[in-house]
Amino acid sequence: MAATRMPVADPARQGAGAAGFRLEHGVDSVHLHGELSVRSLPLALPLMNRLGGNALVLDLSGLTRLDTAGAWALLQLAARLEKQGQSLELRALSADHSALLDRVEQAIPEIAQPGVLRRSLSDLLDALGRVVVAAWGFLAGVLAVLGIFLARLGYLARHPSEFRMTALIYHADQVGWRAIPIVALMAFLIGVVLAFQGAVQLRQFGAEIFVVDLIAISILRELGILLTAIIVAGRTASSFTAAIGSMKMREEIDAMRTLAIDPATVLFVPRILALLITLPLLGLVANVMGLFGGAMMAWIELGISPAMFLTRLLEDTGINHVIVGFVKAPVFAVIIGVIGCHAGMQVGGNAESLGRQTSSAVVQAIFAVIAADALFSVFFAMLDM
Amino acid sequence: MAGDVVISLRGLRNQFGAQLVHDNLDLDVHAGEVLGVVGGSGTGKSVLLRCIAGLRPPQAGSIHIFGQDALNCSESTRRAIDQRMGVMFQDGALFSSLTVRENVEVPMRAIQGLGKAVRRDLADLKISMAGLPYGAGDKYPSELSGGMRKRAGLARALALDPEIVFLDEPTAGLDPIGASAFDELIKGLSQSMGLTVFLVTHDLDTLHATCDRIAVLAEKRVMYSGTMSDMLEVDHPWVHEYFHGPRARAALDTKERTA
Repeated sequence: MAATRMPVADPARQGAGAAGFRLEHGVDSVHLHGELSVRSLPLALPLMNRLGGNALVLDLSGLTRLDTAGAWALLQLAARLEKQGQSLELRALSADHSALLDRVEQAIPEIAQPGVLRRSLSDLLDALGRVVVAAWGFLAGVLAVLGIFLARLGYLARHPSEFRMTALIYHADQVGWRAIPIVALMAFLIGVVLAFQGAVQLRQFGAEIFVVDLIAISILRELGILLTAIIVAGRTASSFTAAIGSMKMREEIDAMRTLAIDPATVLFVPRILALLITLPLLGLVANVMGLFGGAMMAWIELGISPAMFLTRLLEDTGINHVIVGFVKAPVFAVIIGVIGCHAGMQVGGNAESLGRQTSSAVVQAIFAVIAADALFSVFFAMLDM
Repeated sequence: MAGDVVISLRGLRNQFGAQLVHDNLDLDVHAGEVLGVVGGSGTGKSVLLRCIAGLRPPQAGSIHIFGQDALNCSESTRRAIDQRMGVMFQDGALFSSLTVRENVEVPMRAIQGLGKAVRRDLADLKISMAGLPYGAGDKYPSELSGGMRKRAGLARALALDPEIVFLDEPTAGLDPIGASAFDELIKGLSQSMGLTVFLVTHDLDTLHATCDRIAVLAEKRVMYSGTMSDMLEVDHPWVHEYFHGPRARAALDTKERTA
């Protein structure tokens, strides 16, 4: 049906390349043939740029179509000739085309010439200063979100009826429960890798049994919580930023303020609190799965039976390692939550800033978690824990 | 005014699930005219626009644009048709990561051999023709007011000097001065560029000021089409209420005072 009913299209109009344009030099004038439009402009402009001579006469009787781009080209030609002290006469200009030329001539904007940009040392210092100020601003902004969160938490502790339990449970489900599979798998694999790598090295000294200490200390003290926090930072900081940022973009947060709903109470508190509750639990899952993976690998690779692994673990690994690990969890949770919420509030009016803030929230959260972990290491080393 | 038929719809049917929006809808749009499409909320004015613009295939019927079957054609034919049409969406639908000038330049990139400087100058020209100040070209859509975004959307729709432009509620949300300036702009552009305009609107002032012909969507099809004075004669209850209501009378008075 399609093929038989399709009428033949006007060939002159079909496709971009088919637009015909040509100039014919006559005795006292130049004849213009074809259409002068945005499509024929790539063809027409070089030809028209070559035109010159005093008192040029352009005969437009062969012009089939003129659009605003064509009119602009004619006006540019006239302006160029005028600048060179020459003149342009348009012959056989129809009334419609004349009206179009007038309209375009009125619309051509006054273009302000952009100044020449030169970079000097002071520009460099200026840029450096701006970066430093922006960094301070960022730090202050993050601390402000932390402060608001703590203040609202304190307020809600005194007015528990205003607390939104449903929101807290929803977010705990999103950031905690749904993260269990990925966290468990990650921790299991880390345990396997540690056991395998440790086995290869420790076997050289006949000290295979120390692989238990290696796994236990590194998982319980550092890796379990740290890697969980990094995964949660990637999963949750981005989702906080995207959720709050898109609300900010559509003025929903402004609407909340006008309805006397405090955005910090409704948006920040349930999210950060949910992280605060679930991150230690996820850390526990990671610890258990990490030890389980390590035990499996130790059994397969070194022949350390699970019972022996357990005995060695209970006898030799102090509880202080577990405490050191878990103390960090709430701190990481607050860091991730606060950075995610802060980045969400920084989103401006367009979709691009939402994307930029989301990715920078993840980078900032992961960096801050690792930096905090380094500080903790120094701190616990000083305490001899 | 009746030029060649550039858009011809026959037996169009659109439905969303069980909800029938258009059934057996016929409509012709002539070259060079400004056609206003009116109808109550939910009569599918925007759906009709999206159908013709190729954004939504209808369930049945045929659409011919420039004499070519727009539903059963090759992709390159469809692209050639699209290049001869421009659409201005309700809120401009500008690309938020590009400046206004870059937005207007986007359709021009399809034309090979058009230099960067020429593209820039043409974009500035279009921005100015749409009634925006020169400085607006460097701004991002989020920095513009609603009215300016609409103008920027129009500038982008006009970037390739299309023969047909579709305007979805061009004056909705504009202040009366801005709205009447926009009406003037549409009328002026359609006259000087020989533009065919397909206008979806609720604004009676716009209908009075710009439209050569009005099509009324009701009962799932184009119930009536004709000039403003034809519309005033129709005694269908909804059409009568629409064109004789208090707002319609006020618009008519304004029209008579200025005429």
